[in-house]
Amino acid sequence: MATHESTMTPSGYIAHHLSFNTKSVGDGSFWTLHLDTLIMSGILGIVIFGLLWWVVRGATSGVPTKRQAFVELLIGFIDDQVKNIFHGDRHKFIAPAALTVFVWVLMMNAMDFLPVDVMGKFYGFIGLHEWRSVPTSDVNATFALALSVWLLMIFFAIKVKGIGGWIHELFCSPFGTPNFKSIWGILFGWLLLLANFAFNLIEYISKPLSHSLRLFGNMYAGEVIFLLLGLWAATGLTGTIFGAILGAGWSIFHILIVVLQAFIFMMLTVVYLSMAHESH
Amino acid sequence: MNINLTLFAQAISFAVLIWFTVKFVWPPLLNAIEVRQKEIADGLAAGERGRTELEQASKRSAEAINDAKQRAAEIIAQAEKRATDLVEEAKGNAKAEGDRIITGAKAEVEQEVNRAKESLRQQVSELAIAGAEKILRKEIDAKAHAEILDAIAKEL
Repeated sequence: MATHESTMTPSGYIAHHLSFNTKSVGDGSFWTLHLDTLIMSGILGIVIFGLLWWVVRGATSGVPTKRQAFVELLIGFIDDQVKNIFHGDRHKFIAPAALTVFVWVLMMNAMDFLPVDVMGKFYGFIGLHEWRSVPTSDVNATFALALSVWLLMIFFAIKVKGIGGWIHELFCSPFGTPNFKSIWGILFGWLLLLANFAFNLIEYISKPLSHSLRLFGNMYAGEVIFLLLGLWAATGLTGTIFGAILGAGWSIFHILIVVLQAFIFMMLTVVYLSMAHESH
Repeated sequence: MNINLTLFAQAISFAVLIWFTVKFVWPPLLNAIEVRQKEIADGLAAGERGRTELEQASKRSAEAINDAKQRAAEIIAQAEKRATDLVEEAKGNAKAEGDRIITGAKAEVEQEVNRAKESLRQQVSELAIAGAEKILRKEIDAKAHAEILDAIAKEL
């Protein structure tokens, strides 16, 4: 069942499958890299975007080949979604960024379909004893994406409204601008500014957190459930049969989750970025 | 769940992938799609244009056929009129000619009659003279009574 003598206990098994292949590059726990997350996501990114590039490089405006038609379907789907949300020149950045997010997250999520123990054996065979296949079940990966989107959000907000406009919006929306001409405005206007700012602060903090943790939670939970089913399968014949049946069911259900979470992540990216373009 | 440097490494690879997509994946395909859309729109417009042109052409050809028919009818009518005119004229000519021939014949006949009369007269007068000569051989001098004989011959 497990790949190591020391991991034969249930907690050991789970801990083993959920530990990262780390490399320390400095002092302190912060200065470590999760090699499995980075390498898996890097390989997936290179493969899938290389593939897209290869198809797109020979794109013809005439009758498309089947693979070009497939990529066109994908891009048309993304473009439609973005068109409904973002009203501007989407082809310059937002739509290709949405494509990047969707395809990459989908691929990273899809690593969850690889059977945990078979892959464990495989990684063990090539000398990797702690290796996780699913980059999106690492909070660093999802938070990196969400934080990048968050920075883009602030960048676009400042680019569209100017630094003054952005700061004005931080303090004057969503509850409105206080009227400092009246006595009540002078006395309590700062309270309104403070309330607006607090509201915006919460929004700015909650956006990347919910964005990243939603994806991370789904993928991590999916992996844990696969591991629990694997544990059950190790208990005997009955466990193996039911573990296999439930594992198959969970895998099928996971097809939905994988695509849905990638789609949600992309949609939220587009929504956040288009919200940054709008003035309140 | 521990945040570490992976976050930034991952963010950098994300940035690289976005750059790659923005630069190399999205524009060529979008371009191909837009060019195709334009070609299809052009094709549809050309088809529409062709159809209107065909409609106009068939309208024009119908008009031309109508014109031709009308003119043919006119020409036929004229030809018929001309034919009846010709027949009438020919009839008139024939009648005139016939009349002329009849008149000529009548004149000739009259002439003949006159000539016959003349010659008859001549003969009668000669006969009369011959008769008279025989009767009056002895007593009448032909030269002296020629005036009377001529008068008689004229009365015949």
